[in-house]
Amino acid sequence: MSQEKPQFDISYVAHLARLELTEAERQQFSAQLQNVLAYVAKLNELDVSNVEPTAHAVPLTNVLRKDELRPSIERARILANAPEAARDLFITPKIVE
Amino acid sequence: MSLHTLPVWQLRQKLRQGEVSPREATQALLDRIAAVDGKVKGYLWLNADDALAQADAARNGGALAGVPIAIKDVINVEGQPCTCASKILQGYIAPYDATVIRKLREAGAILLGRTNMDEFAMGSSTEHSCWGITCNPWDLTRIPGGSSGGSAAVVAADEAFAALGSDTGGSIRQPAALCGCVGLKPTYGRVSRYGLVAFASSLDQIGPLTKDVRDAALLLGVIAGHDPLDSTSVPREVPDYLAGLERGIKGLRIGLPKEYFIPGMDKEVEAVVRAAIRHLESLGTEVVDISLPHTDYAVAVYYLVATAEASANLARFDGIRYGLRVRGEDVIDTYAKTRGAGFGPEVKRRIILGTYALSAGYYDAYYLRAQKVRTLIRQDFEKAFAVCDVIVTPTTPEVAFRVGEKTSDPLKMYLSDIFTISANLAGNCGVSVPCGFAQKLPVGLQILGKPFDEETVLRVAYAYEQTTAWHKERPVL
Repeated sequence: MSQEKPQFDISYVAHLARLELTEAERQQFSAQLQNVLAYVAKLNELDVSNVEPTAHAVPLTNVLRKDELRPSIERARILANAPEAARDLFITPKIVE
Repeated sequence: MSLHTLPVWQLRQKLRQGEVSPREATQALLDRIAAVDGKVKGYLWLNADDALAQADAARNGGALAGVPIAIKDVINVEGQPCTCASKILQGYIAPYDATVIRKLREAGAILLGRTNMDEFAMGSSTEHSCWGITCNPWDLTRIPGGSSGGSAAVVAADEAFAALGSDTGGSIRQPAALCGCVGLKPTYGRVSRYGLVAFASSLDQIGPLTKDVRDAALLLGVIAGHDPLDSTSVPREVPDYLAGLERGIKGLRIGLPKEYFIPGMDKEVEAVVRAAIRHLESLGTEVVDISLPHTDYAVAVYYLVATAEASANLARFDGIRYGLRVRGEDVIDTYAKTRGAGFGPEVKRRIILGTYALSAGYYDAYYLRAQKVRTLIRQDFEKAFAVCDVIVTPTTPEVAFRVGEKTSDPLKMYLSDIFTISANLAGNCGVSVPCGFAQKLPVGLQILGKPFDEETVLRVAYAYEQTTAWHKERPVL
């Protein structure tokens, strides 16, 4: 964010996000996001060297619950939404050869 | 007065006294929807038979017994579709109830139907829905706001007695303002998000959109409270919001942040809001000038924090367990093709931006820096609330814009949330109430409160509403 015009390789970022884009989308989003990045560069105006980050607005940490058995959602209802299922399992594309 | 125009609390009186039945109330709404939703297009899904069956099963007892409520298409209602207005979830049927839905059911409410929204709640106009736009009931050529645009529009058009929405950067308050209804964003942690499809987990909050402030208090009382299924919900007692409404506001200090009256804002909107503030003063409050000096950085912080969180949250839509699957050469290619085909342009933009902000070499410069500036924004509010009880601002810098006006320039669209975003970053609560008209379109007054002080926010909103008549104005459809 220190450089004047932030450059980013949209094909690389799209790969990280596992998101296929068309050539038209790549061009359009690149231009639009350059504008957004130029706008957010205004955060550089502030000195934040002694500021703690806020990840969360409510100061709750390490919320624990008892490890107890309870009923879960019916399996058939979950699998009914699967793109592909058989024998009580999700069918996935092949992961290992 | 026709049944469909009633606020929830008045409908409840009639139901309690046996003047009308839940079936009659539901049928009145279905008739209204049949008459006007072709113009407004606020509903994505509705099943009349199912709604009437729920009405017939309603028992007179709970706080919302026999009252149909509309639900934004991002909150799971068992047995109903939940698409988040996205092609990637076309055909998805919710296998369980969100906690807020369970609470509505326990209070006797009827889960009427699903309202339109920007895809995955990303947007300020409901134009980013993959199922088409919703129109502003006051002017059908204009947007209803967003992302809870469908919920706001159906309440304003008397197609719902009340609705639920979600607010990540203003998505309840902004559409409420632009459609002329009441929209409440509770404090972060006040309402369980279990069963809300996550957009930005450190910002999202569910809240009601209603015809008046009493209804907002009534609904909040039903949905608020700690939930073991959402570890960010806070174990804190829920006050009786209805009982607190009429305590009066004499002596309360109203903070007026100078940064919220900006040169670029619509002059008529500013005049309407300033008149509303004078009105609050005439009710015995003391107006205090305050400063929230980091306001100008809020939009930049938000679009880094929210997109970063969204890019992680939306990783779950990969074509494996639910929704669309587009087969590729291998599993990685299947993910990419599924997501490329399933997500709309605004969601893709935000995933790219968020992924970039979190990526190696940029994390410190973007995401971490944004989180630090978020601290400064939070501290602004803490300092301000040391000298005032509530903060009053315009909800939006302008009235509802025209369909298509901002879709080509995402940054312009993002800046329309300039007055609502800070409350999400700081975790405060806030409400928007109708406070007049500019260019014949509704204007909203935003009242922000300390964390977990919805009572005071609602009390000020109620005092304002009870001494004005703006909330009784209705669009002609």
